[in-house]
Amino acid sequence: MDFSVISDNIEFLMLGLMRSFQLAVFTIVFSLTIACFIAIGRVSSRRAIRYPSAIFVNLLRSNPLILIVFWFFFLVPLITGKTLPEFHTVLIAFVVFFAAYFAEIVRSGIQSVGASQVKAALSTGLTYSQSMRLIVLPQAFRNMLPALVTECVIVFQGTTIAYVIGMREFLHSTSLVAERTVRPVELYLFAALVYLVICFAGTRLALFLEKK
Amino acid sequence: MNYEFDWSLLLQEPNWGWVIEGISNTVQLSLMAWGLALVIGIFIGTIRMAKSRVLRLVGTTYVEIFRNIPLLVQLFLWFFVFPLLLPDDFMRAWNRLDGVPFLTALIGLSLFTAARIAEQIRSGISSIPKGQFLAAYSTGLTELQTFRHVIIPYAFRVMIPAIASEFLTIFKNSALTLTIGVAEITGAAKTIEAYTFRGIEAYSAASLTYMLTTASVVIFMGWLEHVLRIPGLIGKR
Repeated sequence: MDFSVISDNIEFLMLGLMRSFQLAVFTIVFSLTIACFIAIGRVSSRRAIRYPSAIFVNLLRSNPLILIVFWFFFLVPLITGKTLPEFHTVLIAFVVFFAAYFAEIVRSGIQSVGASQVKAALSTGLTYSQSMRLIVLPQAFRNMLPALVTECVIVFQGTTIAYVIGMREFLHSTSLVAERTVRPVELYLFAALVYLVICFAGTRLALFLEKK
Repeated sequence: MNYEFDWSLLLQEPNWGWVIEGISNTVQLSLMAWGLALVIGIFIGTIRMAKSRVLRLVGTTYVEIFRNIPLLVQLFLWFFVFPLLLPDDFMRAWNRLDGVPFLTALIGLSLFTAARIAEQIRSGISSIPKGQFLAAYSTGLTELQTFRHVIIPYAFRVMIPAIASEFLTIFKNSALTLTIGVAEITGAAKTIEAYTFRGIEAYSAASLTYMLTTASVVIFMGWLEHVLRIPGLIGKR
């Protein structure tokens, strides 16, 4: 084994890792925002809102991420009439997919707050949207923080799937260097170690928050 | 958006053959990997609760390693790296085997999922009151017997929903094995799309497979949970 291939190519590899981080962060920010709306829709008393949100969540949760990515790579050019950069297409697919997962976490967070809180908030004269925003969601976020952190780790792990459509994230960069230098053992072990360290830190953080 | 649907194309050869092969590979791979993952996961999950510190450490290390490396990276490790680390004779024998991608996928998927199942097992076992352990020990059962005859059958029922959802996870995760050349249903759909440019029809076939499976597993598990429930332990339906 000769690990100098890694230090020789470290810049290229780190560029890929940055891309993975970018994809993960954008995915988390956008999908979590959408997820809040869907989650509120899931607990709505109106069927016209509740059913579509439930269908959205269950539809996406019963498909693999890689298939959703394929779907969007086919549908986005068909709908918009032009080819978007692959980063954008992957991002759209990721946001839609993970919005469903985050929505379930937010929903269980909202349900953990309890109906009496909503009633109390409404009785003080707040509107429904105010009581959601000011009373329920802040408490819900505290309850669901560990689950959210765990899901963020899953998003980060999921960015490897962008490899499949050739986006140059960390795993793809690794495989390119592995092919060029014919040193797959060192490179894939290195990639595994990097993912292990990052995700381990994430799962530890989730555990810490859970105990707190 | 103008798109002409042509659903009959799925029924034409070679597309139909690919769909059937894809579904059969997905189902076989997930069932086998799930079975293996259950065995390994129960073992790992149990030793994480053992009295011996060494055993606990081994279990925890396993879970942390396999849970924190993305599945795709693990598949690549098994596919590209593992054969190179074998002694020459073994490597040649391994490369001569039929269906190396399928075998690799089976190893990768089951070891990955075993870590997740181990976690479920652990939380299932933790949910069992300490008195059960004490009662079992007091009747003279050894630690191994206590786990085998008392704790696992008990914990297993508590964990049925989690274990069912792990099957669904493995079923969906099996799609990733297309990257190492397993012709499962997502890969088959991608192939059909590439040849015919009929993405909607092709991906619908794949999506439908996953969705129907999810729905049937959810229904079946609801029934199973109902049949196996220990009175007073799991809420009535």
